[in-house]
Amino acid sequence: MTPGMAMGGTTEMTIGLAHYLTVSAILLVLGIFGIFLNRKNVIVILMSVELILLSVNLNFVAFSASLQDLNGQIFAMFVLTVAAAEAAIGLAIVVIYFRNRGSIEVEGISTLKG
Amino acid sequence: MIAALAFYLFAAILIASAVMVVTARNPVHSVLFLILAFFNAAALFLIAGAEFLAMILVIVYVGAVAVLFLFVVMMLDIDFARLREGFQRYAPIGAIIGGILFLELVLVVGSWGFSSQANELRLAPNPGADVTNAEAIGRILYTDYVYLFQASGLVLLVAMIGAIVLTHRQREGTKRQNIAAQVYRTGSVALEKVPSGAGIATLGIRRPPEPEPEAPKVTHDTGHGHGGHH
Repeated sequence: MTPGMAMGGTTEMTIGLAHYLTVSAILLVLGIFGIFLNRKNVIVILMSVELILLSVNLNFVAFSASLQDLNGQIFAMFVLTVAAAEAAIGLAIVVIYFRNRGSIEVEGISTLKG
Repeated sequence: MIAALAFYLFAAILIASAVMVVTARNPVHSVLFLILAFFNAAALFLIAGAEFLAMILVIVYVGAVAVLFLFVVMMLDIDFARLREGFQRYAPIGAIIGGILFLELVLVVGSWGFSSQANELRLAPNPGADVTNAEAIGRILYTDYVYLFQASGLVLLVAMIGAIVLTHRQREGTKRQNIAAQVYRTGSVALEKVPSGAGIATLGIRRPPEPEPEAPKVTHDTGHGHGGHH
C-alpha cells in the first residue's frame, strides 16, 4: 500500500493494520463471550453489544487509516449513532421490564411473545 | 517507536478492561471498566490518526452511553447474586463458540489481502496533512453524505421519542392539572358582587361541597414489595 502521509501531526499507520485487526478480533470475541456468559443479566448483555460495536468501529478506523480513505471514519460515526440509539432504547426496555416483573432476568422474556 | 509502545499499552488495557466488563461480579464495576475500555479505544483511534472520531467516542460513549448505563444499573434495585447463577454453566459453551469465531477470524485475516486496485477504488482519499481530520470529515459528511447524516439524526430522534414513550407512565395517586376539565367546568363558577373594601369576609368563604371520605383500603401485601413475581 501507499506509505501513509502524516495527518494532523500524527505519524500515520506506524502500527501495522494486522495489529489493529487482532485487537478488534479479540474485542469482538470477548463481546460475544460476554453475551454467553451473562445469559441472565440484560444490562451486561447490552454492554457486550457495545463492545462488539466498538470493535467494528476499530476495524473501520484501522482500514480507513491504512487505505487513507476517509469513508471508514464517516461510517464509524454512523455506527456510533446507531449504537447510542440502541443503548437508549435497550435501557428503556430494561427499565419497563424491571417495573413490570421486578427482575431483569432474560429467561422470562419469552413470556412477552404474542 | 513511542507510538508502537503506546499502541501496545492501550491495546492491552483495552482488552483487559473488556475482560473485566464481561466477568465482573458487580455490574457497576462492569460499567466503570466499559468507560476505561472506551477511553483506551479513543487512544487507539488517536494513534490511527482519527482525532475527530476519538473525541466523539469520548463525548458520546463515555459522556452519554456509559453514564446512561450507570444510571440504570444504580437506579434499578436488582438482585445481582441471582443473575450470576448460570455463570459457570454457560462459560464452556461461550468459550467454545468464541474460540471457533476467533479461529475463523484468524483464518480470514491470514488468507486475505488488499486488491491491487484498492488505491484507485477509494471514494474519499485523505486530503493530506494540510487539512485537519475534523475538516476533512466535515467536507464529505456535509456534502456526499448529507442525506445519511440527516437520516442518522432521524434515528436519534426516534430513539429519544421511543425511550420517552416507553418509560413514561401515569402514576396512581398523583395530582395533575387537567386543563380540559378546568375549561369545561360550568355551573359551579358564578360571579358575585362583593362590596368593595369589605372583601369576601362579609359573604363568608364559599367552598364546593366536600366529597364523602373514602373507606380505608384493606391492604394485604404489606412489606413484601416486588419479590413475588420470580
